[in-house]
Amino acid sequence: MPPTQHTVRSYDSELEKIDRHILAMGGLVEAQLRGSMEALVEGDRAMAQRVIDSDAQIDEHEREVDELVTRVIALRQPMAEDLRRVKTGLKVASNLERMGDLAANIAKRSLVIETPHQVPQREALRRLGNAVYGMTTDVLNAYRDGDAALAQRVWRQDESIDDMYNAIFLAILADMIADPRVISPGTHVHFVAKNIERIGDHATNIAEMVTYMILGSLPDPDRPKGSSVQGAEEQT
Amino acid sequence: MVMTQEAKHDAAQADAVTIGVDRLPRIDGHMKLQARDLKLWYTDKQALQGINIDIPERQVTAFIGPSGCGKTTFLKCLNRMNDTIEGVRIEGSATLDGADIYDRSVDVVQLRARVGMVFQKPNPFPKSIYDNVAYGPRIHGLARNKSELDEIVEHSLRRAGLWNEVSARLSEMATGMSGGQQQRLCIARTIAVSPEVILMDEPCSALDPISTARVEELIDELRENYTIVIVTHNLQQAARVSQYTAFFHLGRLIEVNQTPDVFQNPKERMTEDYITGRFG
Amino acid sequence: MTEMTASPPAAIHSGKAAQARLRRRYRAERRFRWICMATLGIAAVFLVILMGSIVSRGWTGFLATQMKLTVTLDASQIDPENPAQGNYRMLVVAALQNEFPEATSRSDMRALLGMVSNGAYVELTNLVADDPSLIGSTVDIWVPAASDLDMLNKGYIDRDSAEDLRRVDDQTLAWVDQMKADGSIRTVFNWTFFTTGDSREPELAGIAGAALGSFWMLLVTFLVSFPTGVAAAVYLEEFAPKKRWVDIIEVNINNLAAVPSIVFGLLGLAVFLNLMHLPRSAPLVGGLTLALMTLPTIIITTRAALKGVPPSIREAAYGIGASPVQAIAHHVLPLALPRLLTGAIIGMAQALGETAPLLMIGMVAFIVDLPGGPLDAATALPVQIFLWADSPERGFVEKTSAAIMVLLGFLVFMNGIAVFLRQRFEVRW
Repeated sequence: MPPTQHTVRSYDSELEKIDRHILAMGGLVEAQLRGSMEALVEGDRAMAQRVIDSDAQIDEHEREVDELVTRVIALRQPMAEDLRRVKTGLKVASNLERMGDLAANIAKRSLVIETPHQVPQREALRRLGNAVYGMTTDVLNAYRDGDAALAQRVWRQDESIDDMYNAIFLAILADMIADPRVISPGTHVHFVAKNIERIGDHATNIAEMVTYMILGSLPDPDRPKGSSVQGAEEQT
Repeated sequence: MVMTQEAKHDAAQADAVTIGVDRLPRIDGHMKLQARDLKLWYTDKQALQGINIDIPERQVTAFIGPSGCGKTTFLKCLNRMNDTIEGVRIEGSATLDGADIYDRSVDVVQLRARVGMVFQKPNPFPKSIYDNVAYGPRIHGLARNKSELDEIVEHSLRRAGLWNEVSARLSEMATGMSGGQQQRLCIARTIAVSPEVILMDEPCSALDPISTARVEELIDELRENYTIVIVTHNLQQAARVSQYTAFFHLGRLIEVNQTPDVFQNPKERMTEDYITGRFG
Repeated sequence: MTEMTASPPAAIHSGKAAQARLRRRYRAERRFRWICMATLGIAAVFLVILMGSIVSRGWTGFLATQMKLTVTLDASQIDPENPAQGNYRMLVVAALQNEFPEATSRSDMRALLGMVSNGAYVELTNLVADDPSLIGSTVDIWVPAASDLDMLNKGYIDRDSAEDLRRVDDQTLAWVDQMKADGSIRTVFNWTFFTTGDSREPELAGIAGAALGSFWMLLVTFLVSFPTGVAAAVYLEEFAPKKRWVDIIEVNINNLAAVPSIVFGLLGLAVFLNLMHLPRSAPLVGGLTLALMTLPTIIITTRAALKGVPPSIREAAYGIGASPVQAIAHHVLPLALPRLLTGAIIGMAQALGETAPLLMIGMVAFIVDLPGGPLDAATALPVQIFLWADSPERGFVEKTSAAIMVLLGFLVFMNGIAVFLRQRFEVRW
């Protein structure tokens, strides 16, 4: 964050408040993601329930950030880097809230799956979850430290996440074709994989915004995508 | 090279920050006013340190900067109002349509008819509204008879958005009007001599928000026909009304660019600090 | 005061200490007001004493005592071709002897004549000259009484004092009483005071000559000092470069305003009379001398008036492309005019009351005729007062005070106009 103080000190404290909420949200989202992955892969139903219940906290933070940002815009008329910072705060909070929702969805789905330890592509799923968790942690650090280089690295990771998701999708498809009993859990796994991939997309959005906040410009608009799968790839 | 914040602030003392002619932004169109290495001294104190700037025609250029940075001093150089101050010395050049305005052969009186000025505090003459607007055309001989003069007065008052309010009381004293109306009268008075450039020195600083909005609207309309240079302390106003913004500090021109670029993504640390309220 | 650091800010102004401080302040202010009012009071008292003494001594100067004479215009004494040469003394003596048959001796006749002013003969001359057909008839004519009678009538001579100490002897007293009983003595408004010039006789003396002399003089002063002063002030204020020589001029002008007026008189003597040989005692010379004296005052007040016009007006004019001359002529001078005129009028009022320089240039002579123009010899009101104050005759005392009242009246009037102008034409911007 810029080291020099505003002449009006309350302005700085308002901006710091926004930061604190976002970093708190970020911590919660990290925990939600870890918790939901554990609930799914280990079959920890209690953990799943906790994740579902905690989502409300994240929503509360997002509302706070929304209100704070509106205040700052109305009262302080932020310019240049302050404006970028505040815009970014709003969008990051929104993205984090979605990430929280997606993690809660994963937890809900894990409650539905009957035989979690027999879930197909369990390892691949775990690896995907770890990768996205890593992205999330990195991008939040980049936000906190003003590290544009780190944000850009996270931004470029989206491609490999897409690749990993595509691989899981193809593998599950193969499994489902091979054994019809896999169809039910396999579909769930597919949805979970999709959610994780979406979480990764949101983390990439955050990385974009953080780059904009620090450097004043967005990264190259043609974000690298993973190879498209016939007819099943969504537009980001 | 990444500069630390301290080093960036120290650059304020260095001449390197001042815009040299080679670093002026490329602007399309005709440049109405230009300054090249313009320096000004108040007796021994140097107030302007070699200003280079281009003011494009029929656009609004805003001068911003902290108190004492020289923006009003430079503005007053453009119509030679600094001539009236004792002990002022000027070097360098300032040109209007390419012709040096400080040349010996230039008639200051005529220059000031081409480059009009609106001041911070509304200063109508203690005469009637009609006489205020008619004074300029009278002394410059712009009307051949009364009906032509009437036309010029009406035209100017309409342009200034005052006609509907005052057409029925043109013979009343101008000093009886509200502050906002007086300022618009001063603008009408300036327009009446058919200038090419209108210089405005913080025209809204003494006005309430509604009058300010009216004057800003007026500036937008005037842009079609006049080149406007406005000095303002209100950054939002500068961002709203201008197409180009120049940031001054301690007698130097630090940055000049298109307004959206200056306010969203300024190049200089000092500009950024000033517009985000980190100065001083 | 240890409470100050401990208590919240509100308590600083509401505690006992605060009340005590407030009371001290109010007391100090009351003292100050009383001192101001006392000063005003003392000034008022002095003013009342001054005015009172002047008015009490001078109001009778506006009255004149007249005697009615029944004069037979004996043709043997008057030549119709030349009425002025008529022996009016004889006629008056005859008229008086008619009135007072007991006056037979030469000394009696001198006493009789002593009751009548020399102006009576002028009256008779004018009467006959206007209407020669009156010669041979008997006319009743009111003539001015002699100064002693005038003083007696106005109560300045003590009837009860010893005869040797009185200017009017008992016999005259008896005659006067008789005429009063007859109704042959009356007191009228002294129009001659305002229509005639100076005279050896107090009862015939008037201020017309001095007033006209003052008028011509002020006219010259105004015409010379006002345009020059205003122009000089405009130049110094608006156009002069801020150089050293300009500063020196300014300092000198300020100093000149403080120079004693008699010095200007010496200057006038040396330059206007000795060098330029202008007519002595002429209002022209007096006017020029006083113009020199008033010039610094006018320059200073005009500059103050010009400074009083806010620079925003000038800037506005320059901003539209008015030249400096246009800005001054169209905007600054009209706005400065009320204060300018006020200063000029006050300067004129000062000039009206100046005596010393006029003494130096000779406007001090005894001049009877009324001046027709600035080049005729004349005197001025303050000088006239000075001369009369010096005169030994009793009758001049009231005339002096009356003239002072007239002069003060003029000064008040002029200052009144100055105040009126300022209030009426003050422009708010």
